Amino acid sequence: MGKVLITLGNDISTDDIYPGRFMATVLPTETPQFAFFDRTEFNALLKSRAFPADSIIVGGENFGCGSSREQACSTLKGYDLTVVAKSIARIFLQNSINLGLKVVICPELAASEGDDLEITADAVRNKTTGKSYAQVQMPAARRGIMDAGGLIPYTRNRLMARR
Amino acid sequence: MAMTVVEKILARAAGLPSTKAGDVVEPQVHLAMSHENAALVINQFQEIFHGTGRTPTIWDPSRVAIIFDHRVPAESPKTATNQKKIREFVAANGITKFHDIRGDTGGICHQILPEYGYVRPGFVVVGTDSHTTSHGALGAFSFGIGATEMASVWSLGVAVNIEVPETIKVVVHGALPPSVGAKDLILHLIGVLTAQGANYKVLEFHGETIRRMSTSGRLAICNMSVEAGATSGIVPGDEETVRYLREEAGVTEPIVCVAPDPDARYVRTIEIDASVLMPQVACPHMVDNVKPIRDVLGTRVQQIVIGSCTNGRLDDLAVAADILRGKKVAAGTRMLVFPASGRIYAQALERGYVQDFMHAGAVVMNSGCGPCLGVHEGALGDNEVALSTTNRNFKGRMGNPKSEVYLCSPAVAAASAITGVITDPTAN
Ligand code: SF4
Repeated sequence: MGKVLITLGNDISTDDIYPGRFMATVLPTETPQFAFFDRTEFNALLKSRAFPADSIIVGGENFGCGSSREQACSTLKGYDLTVVAKSIARIFLQNSINLGLKVVICPELAASEGDDLEITADAVRNKTTGKSYAQVQMPAARRGIMDAGGLIPYTRNRLMARR
Repeated sequence: MAMTVVEKILARAAGLPSTKAGDVVEPQVHLAMSHENAALVINQFQEIFHGTGRTPTIWDPSRVAIIFDHRVPAESPKTATNQKKIREFVAANGITKFHDIRGDTGGICHQILPEYGYVRPGFVVVGTDSHTTSHGALGAFSFGIGATEMASVWSLGVAVNIEVPETIKVVVHGALPPSVGAKDLILHLIGVLTAQGANYKVLEFHGETIRRMSTSGRLAICNMSVEAGATSGIVPGDEETVRYLREEAGVTEPIVCVAPDPDARYVRTIEIDASVLMPQVACPHMVDNVKPIRDVLGTRVQQIVIGSCTNGRLDDLAVAADILRGKKVAAGTRMLVFPASGRIYAQALERGYVQDFMHAGAVVMNSGCGPCLGVHEGALGDNEVALSTTNRNFKGRMGNPKSEVYLCSPAVAAASAITGVITDPTAN
């Protein structure tokens, strides 16, 4: 269950999520302040932290396109946000899984700001409109990493198993 | 079983007889590249070993490359301190493929890797930079990953859980018209595919236009494949690849090219007739907002940028210098030139291109990413327009969300510098 904080269009790039000029800031704990920095009002809302837990960002097609910067994921994870988008660019999706940012692919989703969404294992239900939409399941290849809680523990387990 | 070139490369790197699109494999990594974001990789790498009682150890330091390019020389104490930490890490871990901020061996990562022969046909290359797709130009399977994934590669030496991508075959015929080049070709293709048209797929390039194209042009094409969402672009290694690696990169070891099987399976085939192509321009604020130049002629431009990992190579500078020689950059327009590497800068000096640019009124900057990503030199003012040979024009890409960026070839950039408005280099 979560409230939609903002709905965004197609092709939201990593420059939009985390402008390149803040890339010298790398530590995941320090990146949240710059989330959507150039969308001044939204950035201010995020920084105020005056929004309910489990809030959701709704994106269109190709969310997270552009650079490989991982800050674009850590900056959203810092606010415990979930991204629900129609489709997600490859590197952003992989980075999200690696860092444990919650992302859901939901090609038909219709939602507006303020709507309440319920995310189940295979669907997203818009409780405000009463409609349900199917999720695209994460590729099987990613499950191992998700189950381990991210790529760092996954790799650590793999290393320890080596000898 | 018939395989595409990437299916073959992944089969080999994963020690399997064959692979097909959709398989999940764990290929060995032949080269792992980072730039300044190695600062984050180091952090995540140490995190992996945290609590294990083991010393953080890179699986094979000779396969790690680190190149400083994004903010060189450093623009802030923060960047400088990150670079200092990386330098210390490089020394402590025996990383030899390290390119510091230098006028001789420095440059942009996607130029340094080919220039020094670090990439070979058949390699699996990963880089913490989305334009790592560039190195497909040398017949390698090369793709961008995040910093945490790189930390995992440094630890294990393999890329974990890689899904073998589907491949789109792009066949290009015909001779490119004068003043139309590789950049126009890839811009056109991105316009056709859209920004997500190749998402999770590989673009495999064929046809006599590609066969005749220099490695420099192929690098530009593979570089921008990611702008259509592609995991990678690839030109299967051929005579030109071997020539480049031997003559320009000084590689002496055996080079084995990998070709796709003739009956390999592609999800789609796209044919392009290069002979009818005109200069292309990507308009604000999306790379797939591509128009033939005639639709944007006369647009006023305050800043021209020539450089980047897309078009900062010697032949790009040659094209621009030929147009600018003896001419002047228009009043009200400024022009910045960033050679892609120190070696290219030196060659451009020898051939007189740097003098041509400077006499025309351009500012020739040190090699590096420069204004391409908007953190460093060459920021734009509010409502200003840039025309650039770089590869991205997202809002704010050149540091100011209130500005606009158009993308084009070196020929278009140079012709437009003289007039101060977007100008067709093929027009006279
Ligand atoms: S020149 Fe631009 S696109 Fe290329 S590596 Fe540097 S910042 Fe990235």
